[in-house]
Amino acid sequence: MTYDESTLTQLTADAEQIVSRYPVPRSALLPMLHLVQSVDGFVSPDGIAFCADQLGLTSAEVSAVATFYTQYKRRPNGEYQVGVCTNTLCAVMGGDEIWKRVSERVGVGHDETTADGKISLERLECNAACDFAPVMMINWEFFDNMTPESALSVVNDILDGKPVKPSRGPDAVPTFKEVSRVLAGFEDGRADEGVGAGEPTLAGLKVAKDQGWTAEGGAK
Amino acid sequence: MTELVPVLSANWDQEQSWKHASYVKGGGYGALKKALGIDKADLVQMVKDSGLRGRGGAGFPTGMKWGFLPPDDGKPRYLVVNADESEPGTCKDIPLMMANPHVLVEGVAITSYAIGCNHAFIYVRGEVVHVYRRLLQAVREAYEAGDLGKNIHGSGFDLDVTVHAGAGAYICGEETALLDSLEGRRGQPRLKPPFPAVAGLYARPTVVNNVESVASVPAIVERGVEWFAGMGTERSKGHGLFSLSGHVEKPGQYEASLGITLRELLEMAGGMRGGKSLKFWTPGGSSTPIFTEEHLDTPLDYESVGAAGSMLGTRALQIFDETTCVVRAVTRWTEFYKHESCGKCTPCREGTFWLTQILKRLEAGNGTEADIQQLLDTCDSIAGRSFCALGDGATSSIISSVKLFREEYERHVTEGKCPFDHAASALFDYTAASSTSEPTTEEAHA
Ligand SMILES: Cc1cc2nc3c(=O)[nH]c(=O)nc-3n(C[C@H](O)[C@H](O)[C@H](O)COP(=O)(O)O)c2cc1C
Ligand code: SF4
Repeated sequence: MTYDESTLTQLTADAEQIVSRYPVPRSALLPMLHLVQSVDGFVSPDGIAFCADQLGLTSAEVSAVATFYTQYKRRPNGEYQVGVCTNTLCAVMGGDEIWKRVSERVGVGHDETTADGKISLERLECNAACDFAPVMMINWEFFDNMTPESALSVVNDILDGKPVKPSRGPDAVPTFKEVSRVLAGFEDGRADEGVGAGEPTLAGLKVAKDQGWTAEGGAK
Repeated sequence: MTELVPVLSANWDQEQSWKHASYVKGGGYGALKKALGIDKADLVQMVKDSGLRGRGGAGFPTGMKWGFLPPDDGKPRYLVVNADESEPGTCKDIPLMMANPHVLVEGVAITSYAIGCNHAFIYVRGEVVHVYRRLLQAVREAYEAGDLGKNIHGSGFDLDVTVHAGAGAYICGEETALLDSLEGRRGQPRLKPPFPAVAGLYARPTVVNNVESVASVPAIVERGVEWFAGMGTERSKGHGLFSLSGHVEKPGQYEASLGITLRELLEMAGGMRGGKSLKFWTPGGSSTPIFTEEHLDTPLDYESVGAAGSMLGTRALQIFDETTCVVRAVTRWTEFYKHESCGKCTPCREGTFWLTQILKRLEAGNGTEADIQQLLDTCDSIAGRSFCALGDGATSSIISSVKLFREEYERHVTEGKCPFDHAASALFDYTAASSTSEPTTEEAHA
């Protein structure tokens, strides 16, 4: 391992905290891989060695797990992971066209990263926001109801180094490393930013209120 | 007219609805205090009597599942909440946890108490960071308020809750794969039996329940069994979130009693986009056989949807209008299953690969009449022969679409191209000319 002493001290303290959340240490492996990405920007050989060391596993065992999950990156990832959903529903609603335009603009394809390390592109599978289709995710924050124009404007802002704000999420998208730390289970103080629900989320509630329907006495 | 019944969704429009204070203001955590004064066995019986069935897709009776746990041997037993929501079209648990994570946390506390669990887990998919933030905060707030932790509200009951983020794998929604993943392994399904109730997490008795199932528990405790069972149909009781997406005017979450119809829901959602006609739809996500306008009046309950040849699944109603190419839709779903196949068993691993090859050929207009039969034969080798339900699910949209729209597959063959203008299906205007070079999804999903 080539981590310097202060990095290693911090990593070890964080890993201890993660392990303490589980009755059996090995359960800490997935969050620890997120933790490694928060330091290295991908699951590095050092990170694999670190996880193995902490959990008493072999590097091969850790690698076998890391390669199973698409969120763990095998090569240095961009600062912003830009994903366009191209599963059926989003694709049909325009996701294919958005993907094409975004990919042309950024100049890389699926699972590729720009030379300056700003953006990694990905064709996403369904991200559980179908009522907001077409959907784009940046570092796993929701950009809802995209058009090619709105998607390109977000991407341009990223390339220009400007902060971007998701439709449902924090005031600005944190970096890939920052969100990886959240996924390791460390709060970043942004939970109260952004809305509780988007318009489609409230569609049924609105109809019910307009009609005066409630669940008080059960349904009719 | 079936009315909507906002229960889980009732407070979603409130100021900071995700906060403990806001939830408590609306009566939140009252059910937990009530439950802690009820005998555990009575709580399990209550949920049995309510008729609540699993909201994660299979519809297994929730109280019965809890009752399967062996008698307490003094050693740990676990509750694991399945918050992996990744089935294409399914989009109910994520907005629920974003807007009101506390109803889930309260449900976790009551369920854990009822089954004698002192450490519960919420396994949420990793691709929804803001939802994860809200869950982490909700759990912390609940500890601070004494709704979790040691000696909850003086009852002597202790509970720890760990919120765990996955890392991108649809198969981890399958309950035994989820348990392997939570144990820090590759998420691959386990052989059943033993079922999780007997040997689940760390080989201990475990209840795995969907987010919406667990979140439905507080209201049952609070308002009573009769109230819950008064909604829905004979064997499909209670309320559920119906998620409308696609070519409808107002897509979104509509919480209704089970048994509502798509015709009723469409009316509430402002009808089909631009007055176009309905072509096909999924009643319960991409793993459920597709329906057409013939099924507009099928009551959306487990029995009726089953009798009509599909499954209620997750109530993920993906709606496609006349502009949509069914071959394109099915091809894209099949690529998803190929990508997500965990590789453990041959029929699914190899079969989804071949299905994708054939479908892509057909969609591009390079297929033959024999390919359509080959497609069905391949489905035959997968359905019922796979290790878990992912393999079966992969064949649903194929088999049903060939049955309902065979002539559309044939048109791709005879015309040598896709007869549809994809731009017409999109929500925004663009010229079809720019859409000819679609990405080669082969490398994309490798
Ligand atoms: C491939 C596959 C994916 C699944 N994904 C989910 C999921 O994301 N969420 C869920 O609750 N159930 C999912 N299930 C169903 C679970 O295996 C299990 O039946 C469910 O979590 C039980 O909870 P319930 O009884 O409360 O519905 C999936 C099943 C399969 C076969
Ligand atoms: S059916 Fe597919 S997902 Fe399920 S065990 Fe077999 S290969 Fe894995």
